Amino acid sequence: MCKTNGKLLEVKDLRTYFNTEDGEVKAVDGISFQLKRGETLGIVGESGSGKSVTNLSIIRLIPSPPGRIVSGQVLFDGFDILAMKEDDVRKIRGRRIAMIFQDPMTSLNPFMKISRQLMEITQLHLGHTKRQAYNHAIRMLETVGIPDARARVDSYPHQFSGGMRQRVMIAMALSCEPELLIADEPTTALDVTIQAQILELIKTLKRATGASVILITHDLGVVAGMTDHLIVMYAGKVFEQAPTAELFALPGNPYTKGLLRSVPDPTAEQGELYQIPGLPPDVAHLPPGCPFAPRCQKAEEICQREFPPFVQLTSEHFSLCHFANEVYEESKAEAQP
Amino acid sequence: MKDDRPTIPGEVDRVDKPEPGLTPDPAPSYREGDVIHTAPEFVIADLDVLAAERGDVVEGSSLWRDAWRRLLKNKLAVFGMIVVTLVAIASIVGPAIIKRTTGYAPDTIPSDAKLIKSYPPFRAPDGSFSWLHPLGTDNQGRDMLARVLQGGQISLMVGIIATIVSLLIGVAYGAVAGYLGGRIDNLMMRFVDILYSLPYIILVIVLLAMFRRNTPMGQLVLLFVALGSVSWLTMARIVRGQVLSLKNQEFVLAARATGVSTLRIIFRHIVPNTLGPVIVYATLTIPTIMLTEAFLSFLGFGVQPPLASWGTLATDGIQNIGIFPWQMVFPGLTMALTLFSLNFLGDGLRDALDPQMRKL
Repeated sequence: MCKTNGKLLEVKDLRTYFNTEDGEVKAVDGISFQLKRGETLGIVGESGSGKSVTNLSIIRLIPSPPGRIVSGQVLFDGFDILAMKEDDVRKIRGRRIAMIFQDPMTSLNPFMKISRQLMEITQLHLGHTKRQAYNHAIRMLETVGIPDARARVDSYPHQFSGGMRQRVMIAMALSCEPELLIADEPTTALDVTIQAQILELIKTLKRATGASVILITHDLGVVAGMTDHLIVMYAGKVFEQAPTAELFALPGNPYTKGLLRSVPDPTAEQGELYQIPGLPPDVAHLPPGCPFAPRCQKAEEICQREFPPFVQLTSEHFSLCHFANEVYEESKAEAQP
Repeated sequence: MKDDRPTIPGEVDRVDKPEPGLTPDPAPSYREGDVIHTAPEFVIADLDVLAAERGDVVEGSSLWRDAWRRLLKNKLAVFGMIVVTLVAIASIVGPAIIKRTTGYAPDTIPSDAKLIKSYPPFRAPDGSFSWLHPLGTDNQGRDMLARVLQGGQISLMVGIIATIVSLLIGVAYGAVAGYLGGRIDNLMMRFVDILYSLPYIILVIVLLAMFRRNTPMGQLVLLFVALGSVSWLTMARIVRGQVLSLKNQEFVLAARATGVSTLRIIFRHIVPNTLGPVIVYATLTIPTIMLTEAFLSFLGFGVQPPLASWGTLATDGIQNIGIFPWQMVFPGLTMALTLFSLNFLGDGLRDALDPQMRKL
């Protein structure tokens, strides 16, 4: 703990490329961030911005080929996961780093009883006997709020609703009390009322177990109440990085501003919803300059030509933009009245 | 679709102020040391929700049970299933019963010289009606019914065991190739292609001739191995195709993310998901192999006497088909009926297990 300074996870200059017929796709290109114990980090971005690839890279689950982690370090509790032997990584997966996936409909094995899927993890990592694992499975289902867990533990996944399946996924993920929980769009496939329940559940369980959480989402509403820090990704790069409150109040990047403006506001008068013009870029053929330039209202000639610098705005606030300071000042001015 | 049921009211907020008296202690049913997870407080809050929902337990209906229900709706498949079961039971216990009631074992040759002659069905040596030999006798006076039933034992055994051999090889081979993918998959499947291009009947004949055993039992085992080792190819292809589509599903990624080893993922997570098509194909392989066995026996490469299969019985019978047609007709008919039934059953299983029809 001393050696890592309370940092549970430190990602340094991570680059994950995919070889496709279209050429080399730089899905993640030079991402760095840190996560302290007990903290929650949100990663936001449009589809294809590299959010999921980042997190699959952290536990080395990138399908290879075509994927390939080109460079970087993932220091988990001081050890570089990318340099570990496969067997050692496997001991970390599920035990110390657990994941929750987007679609609870497909992330449970349809042919295995819930009990067996839950038991497998603790038998594997905690050396439970069948009996212990079975009781633990029931216990975990109760923990995530499945009613009548003892009777339902031997059901098959198709007998559960989407929300309940996601609860089962959470139960699975938390079975071994991992130190880091990666939730990859955990609520995208659920309807809104269930979404709130699931988020609340993650929040409560996080508080109870003291786990750090990485929450990947494209929904800014989701991260607002849940996270301590935010990373905004675009085209495989970190565009902005700041404490959540700061990022919402004083965005220092035109892309973040666009994202914030596109959140539907239920209190607003009827009218057109703002959308960022254009489409996310084809990551296989990025222009030399800023990848967001073609869609950016602030873009000037330099944006087309030169890759933007990663500007430090405050001690914890960074933005990838030629005009980061100006945008930041602008946000400040807007926030004043 | 039960999926739209309202889910648990997960009011986890209550954690902060649990209502006293309403919250039973969740822990007592656990033995000391059973639970490693430290009991978080919020479990308590949810237990009263539990009580409210109790009595509303969804009775488990597994995918298998659904498939079984669909299978029972298929009349031909049920017919097939019943016939196959009857034939199997009759083959297993029949010869013994006949021996007890008539004194004729399948290989009993009557000592009375007058009796050594082929009798038609239901005829006694003096030409009158008799129950002694319902299917007549063969040239040496052996009871045809007993022989047909005993032949069924051997034929079914060859079909089933050779299918199991092909199942074991095919499933493992296909699953590994499909899951590992890439160059290994390419190499493994090209090997299958090469074997495919060999005329397999000739391959089996060569195998049987090359490793010829002296005992009938040894020859039988060789037959299992030879037939099994050529019929796994299609099975391997089917399983590989299934695995290719399954391995990219999220539950496989989820299993990998929980640290499950590759072999375990292949055989505990993926292979069970391929079972539907595998069962169907296996059911359809049994009759194919039985037919091949009959063909090989016909050529003299199959089951060796004194063991007899439907194939060898038919072969023996065909020599006298003009004079003693029952020697050939009864084993032939029994075999045809069994093969029909197995095919109906296989078709029924395919419909029952078809993923497109499966209502998830």
